[in-house]
Amino acid sequence: MTEQEVDPRFPDPGDTPVGEVPGPDAEPELPTRPGILRSILRRRSTVVAAVFILLLIVVALAAPLLAPYDPTEQDLLIRLQGPSGAHWLGTDDYGRDALSRLIYGSRVSLWAGLQATGVALILGLPLGVLAGFYGRWLNVLLTRIMDAMMSTPSLVLAITIVAVLGGGITNAMLAIGLVMTPRFFRVARAGTMDVRHETYIEASIALGCSTWRTAVRHILPNVLPPIVLVISVSLGTAVSAEASLSFLGLGVVEPTPSWGSMLKTASSNMSLAPYLVWPPGIMIFLTVLAFTYLGDGVRRALTRSRSGRQD
Amino acid sequence: MSLLEVKDVTKSFSTKRDFLGRRIGWTHAVKGVSFTLDAGECLAVVGESGAGKSTVGRIALRLIEPDSGSITFDGVDVRAARAQELRALRQRMQMIFQDPHSSLDPRMTIGDAVAEPLLVHTDRSRTERERQSAALLERVGLGSRYLGRYPAELSGGQLQRVAIARALALNPAMIVCDEPVAALDVSVRAQVLNLLRELQEDLGLAYLFVCHDLALVEVIADRVLVMAAGEVVEEGTVEQIFAAPQQEYTQRLLSAIPVPLPRDAMGNRITSIGERA
Repeated sequence: MTEQEVDPRFPDPGDTPVGEVPGPDAEPELPTRPGILRSILRRRSTVVAAVFILLLIVVALAAPLLAPYDPTEQDLLIRLQGPSGAHWLGTDDYGRDALSRLIYGSRVSLWAGLQATGVALILGLPLGVLAGFYGRWLNVLLTRIMDAMMSTPSLVLAITIVAVLGGGITNAMLAIGLVMTPRFFRVARAGTMDVRHETYIEASIALGCSTWRTAVRHILPNVLPPIVLVISVSLGTAVSAEASLSFLGLGVVEPTPSWGSMLKTASSNMSLAPYLVWPPGIMIFLTVLAFTYLGDGVRRALTRSRSGRQD
Repeated sequence: MSLLEVKDVTKSFSTKRDFLGRRIGWTHAVKGVSFTLDAGECLAVVGESGAGKSTVGRIALRLIEPDSGSITFDGVDVRAARAQELRALRQRMQMIFQDPHSSLDPRMTIGDAVAEPLLVHTDRSRTERERQSAALLERVGLGSRYLGRYPAELSGGQLQRVAIARALALNPAMIVCDEPVAALDVSVRAQVLNLLRELQEDLGLAYLFVCHDLALVEVIADRVLVMAAGEVVEEGTVEQIFAAPQQEYTQRLLSAIPVPLPRDAMGNRITSIGERA
């Protein structure tokens, strides 16, 4: 194997006293574990969800190439027309192409989801690990603050923040992210408290690891699987929150298309153009569903491999 | 001068608190314990469960902060050391835990676990660390093919070898062994114990060997510290303790060692610990 060195700890291989351990302790054939990716892809629902989200990302990125029309181009001569060869999903009350708006709307939805989840993750995860690891008064204080935040209805807080800071998707998503922070906090804190008293945490301290290293290298990886699930569910929540806010006129600014603002248009033209409501509604539903399934699949896979004992 | 000098160490844990969080109940885990450990020596700390043995081991490394008393390691006051100094000290005093299944991070490969002390305390390159952790694994009787494995894939005996390799990585002067073989199969115990003995001889390690199994103590220790209810009851060399135990407690402890042929020993069996009235 490796060359032996002069170090007294590694004597000449010739007189290595401790050979390969015989008996039950020896295990010549080490089983290979399936990779994370393979165990994620074993569940069909996860694969379908992942493919859907991938397609959605591709559509969002390639929107200018895929959309048949400019999503904001108005043509009042063809207002509220039903699906046709020229406009597959029909046109809205300004004569804008619904399909193009749907395609461009995916950009807003995904970006909004990322922003809100990002804010919640960046705030909630470190605070949760800190509270769980340090404990004592800091834990009590942070937990109380998070409980208070959790008791606030998310949309009401978001509306308030938008009212104060002004409209626009970023402000709205900042608000949603803030409201979602306690989810990350609680999961991170619970996971940290769970592993805090494991011997390997004490061992890493005994080894001389800094608190930072112990938290990042030993606690964080053991907290991540449930966090992955929260990320995914939060993306779904954020997508629907964006839709709600845009529906209320507090999200995207017209004429930027978003699924929520499309629903708003559709609802006010319900009697004349009932077909407008379906595409954005179904897309919101499917996207939220896909994120939930994907998160669940990833979490299952992460929990199954690399942990658990071989008893 | 001794390598480790523990003087008059006391530690109590609160067991009850009132509604304001004030401590109203205490358990005295360790009461005025003093001992010394010389370089290259193996001092066994024995006693029944709850006697404060493990607490003493942890206090020596300052994993548990004692209430009072002093700890000197190689001339350095361990209790006065600040966080940075303490981490530097910990290069030279390591610990091996009872349950190897839980003392290794389940999400870290064996190679990373063994290389971690080198990463934390030295500025060796990645390849250098890998080479050294492979050599360390060889040294404890495991092949370098285990480097990429996760703890869940190894048996208890193998994991304890990994834990030993990890403790050796920084060339420590002292290792606190907290019941290192108690959680292992009987068939594996002797192997791990022999490994510990060999390493001690080859590297001149000092062990603070916390153990409840006197049969093991007779094999590995130079001196014995007998503890009961947080206090040192008796101290002496293995020969003294086993041949002529002075204290009644020690005598009872010794008579609790299982013997291969119980019939022969029945005659001089004293009331065992558990049977105490």
